Amino acid sequence: MTRIAALLLGAIAVLWLSAPARALEVRAAVLRVDTPTLAPISRLDAVPDDLGFAGAALADQDNGTTGQFLGQTYETRTLAVTPEEAEGALDGLLAEGIGLIVVLAGQEDLLRLADRAGADALILNARARDAALRDADCRANVLHVAPSAPMLADAIVQFAAWKKWSRALLVQGSNPPDRALGDAYRRAIAKFGLKLVEEREFEDTGGSRRTDTGHVLVQRQLPIFMQGARDHDIVLAADASDVFAPYLPYHLWDPRPVMGSGGLRPVTFHPALEAWGATQFQRRFEELTGRYIREEDYQVWLALRVIGESVVRTGAADPAALRDYALSDAFELAAFKGQPVTFRDWNGQLRQPILLYDGRINVSVSPQEGFLHQVSPLDTLGLDRPESSCDQFN
Amino acid sequence: MRPVQIAAVPIAAALIALAGPVHANKVFVSNEKGNTVTVIDSDTWEVLEEFPAGNRPRGITISPDGAKVYVAASDDDTVRVFDADTYQELYTLPSGPDPELFVLNHGGNPLYIANEDDNLVTVTDTESHTILAEVPVGVEPEGMGISPDGKWVVNTSETTNMAHFISTEDYQIKYNILVDQRPRYAQFTDDGTRLYVSSEIGGTVSVIDIAADGTPTLVDKIAFEVPGVLPEWLQPVGVKVTADGSRVFVALGPANRVAVIDGETLEVVDYIITGQRVWQLAFTPDQKYLITTNGNSNDVTVIDVAAEKAIRSVQVGQQPWGVVVAPD
Repeated sequence: MTRIAALLLGAIAVLWLSAPARALEVRAAVLRVDTPTLAPISRLDAVPDDLGFAGAALADQDNGTTGQFLGQTYETRTLAVTPEEAEGALDGLLAEGIGLIVVLAGQEDLLRLADRAGADALILNARARDAALRDADCRANVLHVAPSAPMLADAIVQFAAWKKWSRALLVQGSNPPDRALGDAYRRAIAKFGLKLVEEREFEDTGGSRRTDTGHVLVQRQLPIFMQGARDHDIVLAADASDVFAPYLPYHLWDPRPVMGSGGLRPVTFHPALEAWGATQFQRRFEELTGRYIREEDYQVWLALRVIGESVVRTGAADPAALRDYALSDAFELAAFKGQPVTFRDWNGQLRQPILLYDGRINVSVSPQEGFLHQVSPLDTLGLDRPESSCDQFN
Repeated sequence: MRPVQIAAVPIAAALIALAGPVHANKVFVSNEKGNTVTVIDSDTWEVLEEFPAGNRPRGITISPDGAKVYVAASDDDTVRVFDADTYQELYTLPSGPDPELFVLNHGGNPLYIANEDDNLVTVTDTESHTILAEVPVGVEPEGMGISPDGKWVVNTSETTNMAHFISTEDYQIKYNILVDQRPRYAQFTDDGTRLYVSSEIGGTVSVIDIAADGTPTLVDKIAFEVPGVLPEWLQPVGVKVTADGSRVFVALGPANRVAVIDGETLEVVDYIITGQRVWQLAFTPDQKYLITTNGNSNDVTVIDVAAEKAIRSVQVGQQPWGVVVAPD
């Protein structure tokens, strides 16, 4: 930071502190669009009712504690709706004057809501990972706190490249989201110079996952499905539908590490992380909610911290001013990931390290050492400026 | 300050001559994961002892008379007090939950404690063993500095990103200064006219000038740059300033270096290579040596302050966190 900028910030800080009575009310919302889904393969992954909302509660506490020194208050409404109710809920929020809206929804619902909200609102995407939202289907009023599928795929494949495990066998599911995830892995394999030795598609036949003694069949059938593959170092699983990937690690034909949707997974956060002060963040969350944190909770917390940080540094609470600040060079935010997170000003995507998690411990963090970039090592993950056709941020 | 120091040396030397041949101080290092404190001799740099210190010991300090070692046992929610000679636990002090860093008033009472999980600074009477006050501060309080005149305690809050100036008269916050992301440590100069605050994730040290009436003004931010080291790894944590204010030492975490800053020009003049993930720092009382805790290599680095060189490393317990040196 230049000295002038630093002095300016200092001047701003002192300015407000000398007038703490000037109250600023920051009102935001979390809109979660729930679609009917099957139960997850593992009951440890059962979806809690307060998914995402718990992160909002912690963010309100954190922002509010800071705000008390600056005369700012933070209040975040949380709404869980069906896709049919989503537009009505959005209209209600906008009518109340709430224009800072964190959305937990899939691509279609997110785009519908963003287009309806218009330029006076700021949408923070805390769930949808679709590459298109950061590419041709980007929207000027949407910032993506959730990482894209290409960022997550790059994070895993970069780790494999660092290990020099270069021959990959890709197994993808048969549903459209699985195939889209498979595309992200194919792209990452080419980007980091791995070799795709073979691809297989696991047919989702609506099988009896989680049936009583289901392991007997899994143990017999899955190795046969994986039999006879060309020589490979790793198995990459693209299973967005949560149908088969968690079963892969011990039911392959050849003993090989599994990465992606099963085995070693790329995540934004997990409850085992202790580095970079994360322990105290985990403790605050667990004390408040009585459960372990999930990625959606972290992403909602982070989205609301983006708002809080931008309010603290600018003294403004309107969506346009906060968007401008968040996209500016001045913005940076600590996120318990060891380095500041910032936004890509060409498509509104948050740059962030990706954690590689085996379900129990933090195995690694990408970007990996030695993967360099002229702007930031974080830009080795996901769509870089020349690759993105997003033109809404020019 | 210089002439006073020079005058003091012969007197100290005379006292040593009377007391015995070797003048050494004990160095106490808290080991966060090992749940112990390692004791090192500052003359031979040999480890004298490693004793149990409760669960997750982090902040560590010593009474002005050198008799008692205070350890923030974070996972025990208490401050454990040990005899500096026998290493026996004497008693515990109420600290509030999850004490992390603390600072002792110059006279030895009270103890100002940052409670990381509860957004509080707890003021504990070290004689009556009671809590005198709880001061609400920002999110994740950590750094604790005290002004030389004892009128101000400064706490840094890691997620709020502020330095809170607490008056020790009424325990009220009088000033808040916004600094860069994740402020870890606050250190006054000995003349009290300046405060340095390190920002771990922001990668800077904020320079805050203190007016005669105590009013703080942010005047500069010092940034760091090491060829071949990613900027993200330059994470300032511990800060120490020489008595004359001419040199500021800043531990840079995973960059495995201590930066040397000219206290007048505020330019970085050198980087000293240390062990891995260097966090906290402590001078020996004569300021001849600076000791650094290196959490990932489980050792401390000893820096010759005048030469600005690392002279040796000493293996300690698991994940060393804090360090304090006994007074003369």
